Amino acid sequence: MKTAEEPFGFVAASYLTRINNQQASSLGELRAGLDQASDASIFYHTFQSLGRHHFLVESFSNDFAQWVLAALNRPILAEWLGGLDIRDYVSLAELRGDLRRLTTDYCDAHPAEAGVSAFEPFYFCETVEVALPLGWTARTLEEFRGCLLHLSHASFYYHFVASRLRLQLRTNDFSQWLSGSLGADDLARRVNRIDIYTNTLDSARQEMVGLIDREVERQ
Amino acid sequence: MIASGTTLDSYVPLLGNEVDELRALARPLAGAEVLMVNSTAVGGGVAELLGRVVPLMRELDLRANWEVFAGGKDFFEVTKAFHNALHGGPYHGGPEAFEIFRSYSQMNLPRLRLDREFVVIHDPQPVAMIEGRPPESGHWIWRCHIDLSHPNPAVWEFLEPWVVRYDAAIFSSPSFARQLPCPQYLFYPSIDPLADKNRTLEPAFVRTVLERHGIDPSRTLLVQISRFDRLKDPVGVVRAYRIVKRYFDCQLVLAGGTADDDPEGAAVLEETREAAAGDPDIHLLELPPDSPLEINALQTAATIVIQKSLREGFGLTVAEALWKKKPVVASAAGGIPAQVVHKHTGLLAHSVEGTAYQIRYLLAHPQLAARLGAQGHEHVREQFLITSNVKRYLSLFLHLRGEP
Repeated sequence: MKTAEEPFGFVAASYLTRINNQQASSLGELRAGLDQASDASIFYHTFQSLGRHHFLVESFSNDFAQWVLAALNRPILAEWLGGLDIRDYVSLAELRGDLRRLTTDYCDAHPAEAGVSAFEPFYFCETVEVALPLGWTARTLEEFRGCLLHLSHASFYYHFVASRLRLQLRTNDFSQWLSGSLGADDLARRVNRIDIYTNTLDSARQEMVGLIDREVERQ
Repeated sequence: MIASGTTLDSYVPLLGNEVDELRALARPLAGAEVLMVNSTAVGGGVAELLGRVVPLMRELDLRANWEVFAGGKDFFEVTKAFHNALHGGPYHGGPEAFEIFRSYSQMNLPRLRLDREFVVIHDPQPVAMIEGRPPESGHWIWRCHIDLSHPNPAVWEFLEPWVVRYDAAIFSSPSFARQLPCPQYLFYPSIDPLADKNRTLEPAFVRTVLERHGIDPSRTLLVQISRFDRLKDPVGVVRAYRIVKRYFDCQLVLAGGTADDDPEGAAVLEETREAAAGDPDIHLLELPPDSPLEINALQTAATIVIQKSLREGFGLTVAEALWKKKPVVASAAGGIPAQVVHKHTGLLAHSVEGTAYQIRYLLAHPQLAARLGAQGHEHVREQFLITSNVKRYLSLFLHLRGEP
């Protein structure tokens, strides 16, 4: 079994929610809010909502889409916004741009709806990420598998989902280590292809463990 | 003061290695002095919460303490009026009420050692303790457990000058917060899965409780746990039950605290009795104030749990039911929508008719009901447990310290 020179270091992650002094009560206000919101706020309502409601695979994966449907009853725009896949983005600026463009396109096509009041306001929040070394490291696939099985949802989310933005690449911490330190390029690619939208974090983890088991057998 | 309790290791069977992660987050905070201040040692959700959070912090090697603000009858009459006014009610107090508040705050300042690294002041009663903040002192946090979205301006304008001096404020919902110059954070209230109200009970015990109250364990059971208060709409629940009863055989339990010392509660109980009109399948239970096992048994036995509040604080009875994997039909009031994500962790309703329809729908689709209950349990496990609360405090302390 191959041993990596650089071990994978797992972290203990925690996500605090900061409530901003910013709200939207209509589509027009949402559009304005998307311009003014901090990057941490765009992250919270898109990337982090995926981690918060990871077990609800049938619901919209971002808060903007969910609010547009639940508080404004605008299913078309909700589907547009919900259709954005965070794996397609390497920066929050790009993601913000697309959220704003879709909202503007909808408001332009339905100008009377831009000012309609929502049942309840959209409260802009933002993420404060706290991450510290967990003290678990892995140099082999077997050690990696062992740690993976026991990782909390927040830490799994940190390495598998949030890392995409940190790395500014279309990959994640796990795939980067599997490829870069273990030379398991094919496994890294397969891990990166696990669908985080149609899986819960638990089922994504199980799929990953299955891929690792097959790789261990192959070796 | 300090309450004893269960150790962190007791949570491992429920939470697995998340407990290790709590320890990892706490490691850099070892030895940090934390002071929690509230205004009551027993009774109420805040005292219950601190009785668990403080021992868990100590077990994580923080030097955590809990002190109670000393107030007399006159002080608590003033702060009860403040409480109602901050929830948006009318306020008729005069300058003498403000003076009573100020004088008790001054009296408490020398009682408390305030030179700690983290000082967390709970709710409005001790908010003026910030007057005693030593120069170059640690981080001061105001934890507001009440809904401040529409406060009576007379009271809010009196309290606001103290609130704005804190380094951070914590609210239970974004909709409860206010526009403040300091950063505001979202901490959900929490339940303790190992407390008597939430721990797993022996089926025989549950059966005994039902039989004691004349409830048939073999038939469908609808349950609402809340005091007899018009804002909990018990009469509306009876009306919804009557609609459901046209389609499904069922029983209804409305269980709440005793109404002896609450004239309005007694009146509401009487109205509910009239609405029940002697129906033997409607059980109105007046429980003694401290009946956690009884409440647990009723929630555990329920086919569906209802929380048809017209207004609500956070409504933690919903989290208690979801933790027991119960399908919940609830109003979209206060903090309930944070717990019941419609069609995912339960069903929301806005009227008697809507409540009845959602109950019928779940009774007709037991697989959906089971799935909502299971997803609700997972939602509570991640967001509304006492350990999540401790994790949020640790994270906030690290963040305020400027650690990664």
